[in-house]
Amino acid sequence: MGLNHVASLIHSSTPFVAPNFSSYKGQFRRQARAKVVAFHGLTTPPYELDALEPYMSKRTLEVHWGEHHRKYVEDLNRQLEKNEPLYGCTMEELVKITYNNGNPLPEFNNAAQVWNHDFFWESMQPGGSKMPGGGVLKQIEKDFGSFTNFREKFLEAAQSLFGSGWIWLVVKSREKRLAVVKTSNALNPLVWNDIPIIGLDMWEHAYYLDYKNDRTKYVNVFMDHLVSWHLVTARMARAEAFVNLGEPKIPVA
Amino acid sequence: MAMRSLLSRKTLTLGSGFGVLGALSRHARNLQTFTLPDLPYDYGALEPAISGQIMQIHHQKHHQTYITNYNKALQQLHEAMEKGDASTVVKLQSAIKFNGGGHVNHSIFWKCLAPTHEGGGEPPKGSLGWAIDTDFGSLESLVQKMNTEGAALQGSGWVWLGLDKELKKLVIETTGNQDPLVTKGPNLIPLLGIDVWEHAYYLQYKNVRPDYLKNIWKVVNWKYASELYQKECPPTSGR
Repeated sequence: MGLNHVASLIHSSTPFVAPNFSSYKGQFRRQARAKVVAFHGLTTPPYELDALEPYMSKRTLEVHWGEHHRKYVEDLNRQLEKNEPLYGCTMEELVKITYNNGNPLPEFNNAAQVWNHDFFWESMQPGGSKMPGGGVLKQIEKDFGSFTNFREKFLEAAQSLFGSGWIWLVVKSREKRLAVVKTSNALNPLVWNDIPIIGLDMWEHAYYLDYKNDRTKYVNVFMDHLVSWHLVTARMARAEAFVNLGEPKIPVA
Repeated sequence: MAMRSLLSRKTLTLGSGFGVLGALSRHARNLQTFTLPDLPYDYGALEPAISGQIMQIHHQKHHQTYITNYNKALQQLHEAMEKGDASTVVKLQSAIKFNGGGHVNHSIFWKCLAPTHEGGGEPPKGSLGWAIDTDFGSLESLVQKMNTEGAALQGSGWVWLGLDKELKKLVIETTGNQDPLVTKGPNLIPLLGIDVWEHAYYLQYKNVRPDYLKNIWKVVNWKYASELYQKECPPTSGR
């Protein structure tokens, strides 16, 4: 709460005064500590931490959000204190800038993981349903043949991911269609200018307390009980403002 | 030719029909399959540094899965080579590297650990001890450096104490995912490998990887590392 507060205060009212880098190192450190420079706050999931039970336990959310996600935010803020030019960027801008055309800057991992986790929490909801309806379903059928095919593709991507990473449903900006992609570690599809629609965390910390080594079960449960198709619909509507998904025109809702 | 492909397709559907295929194809080399090695100690023997539950899942589930998928990939490789299917041979390399690496790395990992009553955690004696002092200043600074590098590794991977057998020099390296140490240099021999995948510590240490790294040294089998070192750098080599 502290972080959130300070960050929003800084963003909304007080213009940030960059510390004077020419001053003595020791002096700068004292100044920084006195000012409590927090750039970005930890976003709260849009539901209670026990709301995804029994599919994702409160314990998992407590550690995953309360420890892992928080640490990415804190470590990013610590890095940003030292990197003046990145001040004021949105998280999405930070991800794209620090990716640095494939030669990531030191801030990239933390920035991307903060963005990824924000996106992940919002990709889920309590009482999610098995399938989307309306235009989203039609678009999936158009691009994958059927919803079952899409589901299989998503599962297969998760099973064949080597190591830690993420599985995404994205709107491909250039191909102008939906696709399933997997990324390693902190990487995400924003860096290729694609538009993420669903993000699933495949780091072991995302499922280990609930499902141990059983990734397949975790992905199936996510698909059947956790995906927020409401939010998917909203994200598709936004994506369509940027990418023309071609004919036949399918209204999202 | 038609007969051959019909038969291979049939054996494929049998799933575990390795032997059948081997018997059928005349040019088949003896296709080796890999099996899970036994742990040299009980699952609970490394407690409290590493819990018995972690050791059991790590060994029976994770290591076994690497072996299963390694065997599967090798079988597919074998079939692709028989058919002269070059693109499939290439495509299989990533699965072979990942799953084969998982098997190789875990096989090393189990040997790098030992219960305290069997000498786990006892500092290295003899020539390895001297080499550590020469290359890192002290055992403490080696441990600290490995802990720092292991904690800083993004995602899943390993932190290694390796020996460059040409330069006769100790090195610390990290590898991502299941890449074995040799991917960092053809002369590198792993003396110690520490698994920093989350599955190696999560049930006990959650997100606090540094605590896991701090505690694992209490069960590190320096005797194993010392023996390997002495084999590569015998006393007469005048290090």
